[in-house]
Amino acid sequence: MKYESQRVAMPYFIFALILFAGQIVFGLILGLQYVVGDFLFPEIPFNVARMVHTNLLIVWLLFGFMGATYYMVPEEAQTELHSPMLAWILFWVFAAAGTLTILGYLFVDYATLAEVTMNKLLPTMGREFLEQPTITKIGIAVVVVAFLYNIAMTALKGRKTVVNIVLITGLVGLAVLWLFSFYNPGNLATDKYFWWFVVHLWVEGVWELIMGAILAYVLIKLTGVDREVIEKWLYVIIAMALITGIIGTGHHFFWIGPPEYWLWLGSVFSALEPLPFFMMVVFAFNMINRRRRNHPNKAAMLWAMGTTVMAFLGAGVWGFLHTLAPVNWYTHGSQITAAHGHMAFYGAYVMIVLTIISYAMPIMRGRPYGNSNTAQIVEMWGFWLMTISMVFITLFLTAAGVLQVWLQRIPESGEALSFMAGQDQIALFYWMRFVAGAFFMAGLVVYFGSFFIKGEASPAEEVRGPATADA
Amino acid sequence: MAERFTKSMARNIYLGGSAFFVLLFLALTFDTQLRAMPERDNRDELTEQVVRGKHLWEENNCVGCHSIMGEGAYFAPELANVFDRRGGGDTEVFKAYMKAWMNAMPTNIPGRRQMPDFNLSDSEIEDLAAFLEWTSKIDDNGWPPNIEG
Repeated sequence: MKYESQRVAMPYFIFALILFAGQIVFGLILGLQYVVGDFLFPEIPFNVARMVHTNLLIVWLLFGFMGATYYMVPEEAQTELHSPMLAWILFWVFAAAGTLTILGYLFVDYATLAEVTMNKLLPTMGREFLEQPTITKIGIAVVVVAFLYNIAMTALKGRKTVVNIVLITGLVGLAVLWLFSFYNPGNLATDKYFWWFVVHLWVEGVWELIMGAILAYVLIKLTGVDREVIEKWLYVIIAMALITGIIGTGHHFFWIGPPEYWLWLGSVFSALEPLPFFMMVVFAFNMINRRRRNHPNKAAMLWAMGTTVMAFLGAGVWGFLHTLAPVNWYTHGSQITAAHGHMAFYGAYVMIVLTIISYAMPIMRGRPYGNSNTAQIVEMWGFWLMTISMVFITLFLTAAGVLQVWLQRIPESGEALSFMAGQDQIALFYWMRFVAGAFFMAGLVVYFGSFFIKGEASPAEEVRGPATADA
Repeated sequence: MAERFTKSMARNIYLGGSAFFVLLFLALTFDTQLRAMPERDNRDELTEQVVRGKHLWEENNCVGCHSIMGEGAYFAPELANVFDRRGGGDTEVFKAYMKAWMNAMPTNIPGRRQMPDFNLSDSEIEDLAAFLEWTSKIDDNGWPPNIEG
């Protein structure tokens, strides 16, 4: 850690991980409700648990991105953070607002929550992933703007690197697109169209810039490969992400009202969306092969490789599986979508945040070359348990989805099973998904355990040839 | 990557490519929203009652279990075509069905998925029914493949 103010990333990372644990607990509740329908009913109905599960994910990833930014930007800019105090204030504001919102979901009836937060004045609630009360949405906007101010002031007074520029571009995009969450017309078709401006253009657009920047930063640090090479890759990857992903939004416009030309545009461009993820895999493995140093933080290296592979599989391959309009006609809104969603979010965004945490946390804890060997081995056990469990969650949901499509979607009206009759038929796969989810939880516990293992920090590394000044 | 491919070339592809596709996306959005959608989304019938129904749909977080035009949660049936599935395409039949259904919830059958009782009044249920009927008439390229959604 070269600048004292980078340390403000620590509370962000810790809080992100706490929320991550909450997300998984609610994931297990949901998984069980799929097969034991009345589990925790009426105390925690499915819709409440789902809202908690998905909103915790979004919020903890935002905490992770913010922590990553506070850690990376000062070091890249070679200057202290503009205002560590502001970063701390925003941390507490965001943590309090996030916690209150989740508690509101759990302990207040949703319609009552809408009433007491005066949703009528500016109705924004009750849309998937955008369930937050309007006041929380405004709070998120304010926190993000103040955060961007702090970051911009830092970046502007120092060295302007490509990593910083790309990261900040992604974050500005995130903030601007968030404004669409406030637009909720009475026309459902219009509402849905612009809802995707937040949801798709975040996860298949600007978030890829954030992911690319974090990955590039970690690879510069871990491999010592010349910055020029890494920055060139980063530009090509994010170019591909936006060139395919922006018009690729069209794969959501097939069946919600927009005209037929989206069937073609959405199919063609989204079929190319795996490209940037494939390039990230090639990028990471290439840089590691060409490394100029053997960084002793092997766990961080594993996360960096893992995130590219899993993002390619989850977002790329599983996305492609059902993105072509003639396929999507049958699979839209089935468990195939759920399978893709789980692996894509885990691979791309959960794992990139865990990558930067794995790299930065030991440094902030006074272990510049990584945790002790034992701690790293335990962390890598956590990595494998969680990652393999997620692969199985995805496979079981895919099997459930294929069966669902076969029973409920492909036969003609009259022949097809009703939704609930179909669900009964695929219960076995839901049970297996639940078991895989329990293993994921076990992996998370092991991962958390790795933070509490003491022992000698990793010694300084062996340098292969002259390391660059940056690394 | 070959040495001839420089960082500034990569940057130009990024800037030029994304600027072009942002503009194209905006143009397509204007065409979709201003030209195409008025023909497709049945907006002439978008009454105040339908909008009230949409807000009820939102304020009770219906999308937390159900999907509508395939979007939402996959825990409970698709509802963009429930007007056709359960109402047979008839407004009065559908209203009657909705009232009977909403008032029968939750079933409390052990082990089965449960829908909460949302304590809606009869007129609120009619608003919700109007919203679902209106939604069923959006031209969504014929999705879903069959009546089961």
